Amino acid sequence: MSSEARYLRLSGLEPLIVTPESNFINVGERTNVAGSRRFLRLIKEENYEEALSVAREQVENGAQIIDINMDDGLIDGKEAMVTFLNLVIAEPDIARVPIMIDSSKWEIIEAGLQVVQGKCVVNSISLKEGEEAFIHQATLIRRYGAAVIVMAFDEVGQADTYERRIEIAKRSYQILTERVGFPPEDIIFDLNIFPVATGMDEHRKNATDFIEGTRWVRSNLPYCSVSGGVSNVSFSFRGNNAVREAMHSVFLYHAIKSGMNMGIVNPTLLEVYDDIPKELLTYVEDVILNRREDATERLLEYAETVKGTEKKSTVDLSWREEPLQDRITRSLVKGIDAYIETDVEEARQSVERPIQVIEGHLMTGMNVVGDLFGSGKMFLPQVVKSARVMKKAVAYLLPYIEDEKDTHSQPQGKVLLATVKGDVHDIGKNIVSVVLACNNYKIIDLGVMVPPEKILATAQEEKVDVIGLSGLITPSLDEMVFVAKEMKRNNFEVPLLIGGATTSKAHTAVKIDPEYAHAVVHVNDASRAVTVVGDLLQKDRKTAYQSNLKKEYEDFRDRFLNRQNEKHYVSLAQARKNKLQLDWEAANIQAPNVLGVQQLDDIPLETLVPYIDWTPFFRSWDLHGKYPAILDDTVVGPQATELFADAQEMLQQIIKGHWLQAKAVFGIFPANQVGDDDIEVQFGNEIFHFRTLRQQKEKSSGRPNIALADYIAPKDSGIQDYIGAFCVSAGFGTEQKAKEFEAAHDDYNAIMIKALADRFAEASAEYLHKEVRKNHWGYASEENLDNEALIKESYKGIRPAPGYPACPDHLEKETLWELLQVEERIGVTLTESLAMWPAASVSGYYFAHPEARYFGVGKITQDQVVDFAKRKNITIEKAQQWLQPTIAETP
Amino acid sequence: MKPIEEALQQRILVLDGAMGTMLQRYHFTEADFRGERFKDHKHPVQGNNDLLSLTQPEAIATVHAKYFEAGADIVETNTFSGTTIAMADYGMEDLVYELNYESAKIAKEVAKKFTDKDPEKPRFVAGAMGPTNKTASLSPDVNNPGFRAISFNELRLAYKQQAAALLDGGVDMLLVETVFDTLNAKAALFAIEELKEERNISVPTMLSGTITDASGRTLSGQTAEAFLISVSHIPLLSIGFNCALGAKQLTPHLEVLARNSSLAVSAYPNAGLPNAFGEYDETPEEMAQQIKTYLEKQLINIVGGCCGTTPEHIKAIAALVKNYAPRPFLWPDKTLKSV
Repeated sequence: MSSEARYLRLSGLEPLIVTPESNFINVGERTNVAGSRRFLRLIKEENYEEALSVAREQVENGAQIIDINMDDGLIDGKEAMVTFLNLVIAEPDIARVPIMIDSSKWEIIEAGLQVVQGKCVVNSISLKEGEEAFIHQATLIRRYGAAVIVMAFDEVGQADTYERRIEIAKRSYQILTERVGFPPEDIIFDLNIFPVATGMDEHRKNATDFIEGTRWVRSNLPYCSVSGGVSNVSFSFRGNNAVREAMHSVFLYHAIKSGMNMGIVNPTLLEVYDDIPKELLTYVEDVILNRREDATERLLEYAETVKGTEKKSTVDLSWREEPLQDRITRSLVKGIDAYIETDVEEARQSVERPIQVIEGHLMTGMNVVGDLFGSGKMFLPQVVKSARVMKKAVAYLLPYIEDEKDTHSQPQGKVLLATVKGDVHDIGKNIVSVVLACNNYKIIDLGVMVPPEKILATAQEEKVDVIGLSGLITPSLDEMVFVAKEMKRNNFEVPLLIGGATTSKAHTAVKIDPEYAHAVVHVNDASRAVTVVGDLLQKDRKTAYQSNLKKEYEDFRDRFLNRQNEKHYVSLAQARKNKLQLDWEAANIQAPNVLGVQQLDDIPLETLVPYIDWTPFFRSWDLHGKYPAILDDTVVGPQATELFADAQEMLQQIIKGHWLQAKAVFGIFPANQVGDDDIEVQFGNEIFHFRTLRQQKEKSSGRPNIALADYIAPKDSGIQDYIGAFCVSAGFGTEQKAKEFEAAHDDYNAIMIKALADRFAEASAEYLHKEVRKNHWGYASEENLDNEALIKESYKGIRPAPGYPACPDHLEKETLWELLQVEERIGVTLTESLAMWPAASVSGYYFAHPEARYFGVGKITQDQVVDFAKRKNITIEKAQQWLQPTIAETP
Repeated sequence: MKPIEEALQQRILVLDGAMGTMLQRYHFTEADFRGERFKDHKHPVQGNNDLLSLTQPEAIATVHAKYFEAGADIVETNTFSGTTIAMADYGMEDLVYELNYESAKIAKEVAKKFTDKDPEKPRFVAGAMGPTNKTASLSPDVNNPGFRAISFNELRLAYKQQAAALLDGGVDMLLVETVFDTLNAKAALFAIEELKEERNISVPTMLSGTITDASGRTLSGQTAEAFLISVSHIPLLSIGFNCALGAKQLTPHLEVLARNSSLAVSAYPNAGLPNAFGEYDETPEEMAQQIKTYLEKQLINIVGGCCGTTPEHIKAIAALVKNYAPRPFLWPDKTLKSV
């Protein structure tokens, strides 16, 4: 069991425990309007920022508690106390120490106690107004959870002798411990430090009476502490800091030995005892300890000789010598705003445009803040402080940025923030909101429990640039997915930010990102939000950034899902047992009208135009949305319309000028499934094999592990089945035209011709497939579908392409090329990495079975790789190399 | 000595697990939350779990019973958000007294059934007093760090109303929990002290803070030890931590409490850290295994579960603690009278 010793325990953000072994507890005194003219002026002028720096300086100088006093006739002490304390609490480097709430007015003390979470010290109460008030105040102080300083003061007056000091201390102690139930360790006596060397005889014993009184209290009143305001003792030497410093040191040296364990001391007005010149030390000790009749005179005389030598403030400013970026980063990390304008000005002069300081120096610093926060080395209030320094820096830069008469003078963008429906937590969101506001974004904060309709409606009305969703409770995750779906349904394109305690990159990538076609970013902390939003809205880079993001999340999702799924794979043997079993007896397999290979050397381009699917065309230009709705889209509509008009114009030129040539080779062959996963193809006397890959992901019961081979009747069924193969290209002529445009510095049309060639290639594939279904094979001669239905793939049968999800290995293209003699017949070649050239080409198989569907093989395991290599008669290494992206990561 | 105090001296007491996790299983719709009585209420109320004490009381009683069956000695009332401050989001401030009173009644009734069945193992009800959704020490507005969305006195009055209703409903003790801002907790303790004085009663009070992140601090920035010091002025039945972290991550912070306090120590961690989907997937066995460390180190007197824990978790914990002696502790100095 821990023995809870009766020590004075105080707390700010961190604990302060006063044990017998503790060194003297140094209470900072500069944040006292009665003791510091500068502080009084700052409070009167409501210059709280600088007033805070006074407090910070004290803590940096080693104060373990800070005394705060607002007793002045010209200020509203209660309001000043609460305002200043609230600000102090927001400064973690100050608030880490306990606070001493110092006032002679009870209402100020109580107001202070109501705003500080840590265990404070009340300075002070006394028997001055009688026992009733004393007990009342002590009871409340206890209930607020503070320690208390009791002044040696009673109904008669202030204790100014040894006897009076111990008399009042003893009585106060008894009342507190016996009648109020105040823990003795939470009692601190202030036994009145009065000036010495005043020239008046009755003051000569002031220091010794205090020191002896302290000794008595510490020996007779268990567990309590003794404190005092040290600077009083040297009052008569105001203006002579050298003497005062020596007096403070000497007084403390002796008082501490007698048991004074804490005190209000200005650490910058304190000489090290051992460093006091010997002569001065003697004179001072004579005064403090009342050792000579003429002690005061001798010290006064000596004082004249040392007047005016002052010590400098000892705050460590060596960091100011560091390089500019380090200084800016430090200011941001430490939340110091004293030098930020100077440093930002220096930075501004070093760059071309003021905005670069924000994007460069300041963002670099904020990223450090973000990293530290993310790793738990900074905590929230500090980050908030960093944001404020950032704001100040940005405010300084704004006039310069505006001078540039550049779009940057406008808010950088509008950000809508909302805590989703059903969730009421908004602290994190508010911080993000302010941090972004600091960075010159206009924030539309819809608050908490915001229904999706409202988010969407407001986003549309306000034409926001980014939507940010926040939530803390777990059901909010589903709500965010829902909002993303709604954004998609309403054709939104703005980036979506996801944040809040339970959100994660994984959830965002796996559950939210796929539901929305545009950028979705998980932002795990406020300081990072600035960088992310900045990049998302960056004029010249945003498209690239957003599509990179999309890719990044897709990759992340793939990796994540692979990891998730790795233990859920079945062996190839098991997968084969669970293959798709079609009812071949009942299958109505149609023998093709034409068997063997055919080719089309110049498909009329105008024939192909109706088969073009325009949606991917827009996507290739980073315009996302379905054709034709995209033309009327509120955001990209005009751009899409313009692009489409340009495309139509070039399309006509292509057709008229015969810029491109569309060719095709295709064939239909007798085929059967052999050995579960292979398709044996007969062409004349030759036998070819297409090797297909089988899904190995563990399936819920009733769902098969499919391979393309499952769509072809097994050989041992005795049923003759068929397969088709094809290659089309519309790429001939593309490269030449593109080069012509490039040479004319017309990159736009260079890209356009390639994009259109791709569309023609896909259109050729669509056209050819239809021809094959209706005529050459003829299994769908009754089919009558319009173009839209074709694009939706409403027809019977599929045409999977090697390298795509149903048959991810590219190697089968080699077999295809051999079977159809693609290169010889239409000139489409395979590159080293088995890409088709010209690029605007499509190749694949035709499967006619009505049950045939597109599917993804997903990841496969090593046993299938080995089996595949064996079947294909290639080395395992080669198989591994080609199948790599498809192989599940081994644990 | 109150029965709860006696029990605490004899053995490690088991607290219940998550109410929210259990209620999620019901998939209550907006209409279920509203019931007949609130069908025309102007605000959406789905997610207001406290309201279910009025609209779905059977569900609440069932969850309590499941935890008692699993071996819990203490269940918490379904009043985590039962203050005017938290209920303002739902426009249900006027219901606060009733919500707390009825929640206490429901839990007490279930507890009584179990105690009657087995008087050797008396069952207790702790009146849960959550942190509210506002912080007295942090500004929600970074442009204005001195701003506070709620004052000590507003919190004090709200907590006082909640505590009074819980006591009227018959709870055996109060539990000020999931404290992320110590000043909020101090306002609650202040209110409880006022009630004790006004009613001239003693109220066993448990206090449980939350360490929110990797920095090892409360949301309002305090270290575990500073938090302990800040709430040690009131004679407490127990001090501890709950939520935010799993049992394992909570261990070092409990060690700080065990080392620095002579009070009884409580812990009710989450079922691990949430996975990427915000789900808590630590199994009862995994969690019990980690709680074993608490027991071996003699860190605790009261143990249970927070987010993601279920009766199965509590069952595993209850089975485990039987074999261990409670952490020795001191009563708050009885010579100090209630303040």
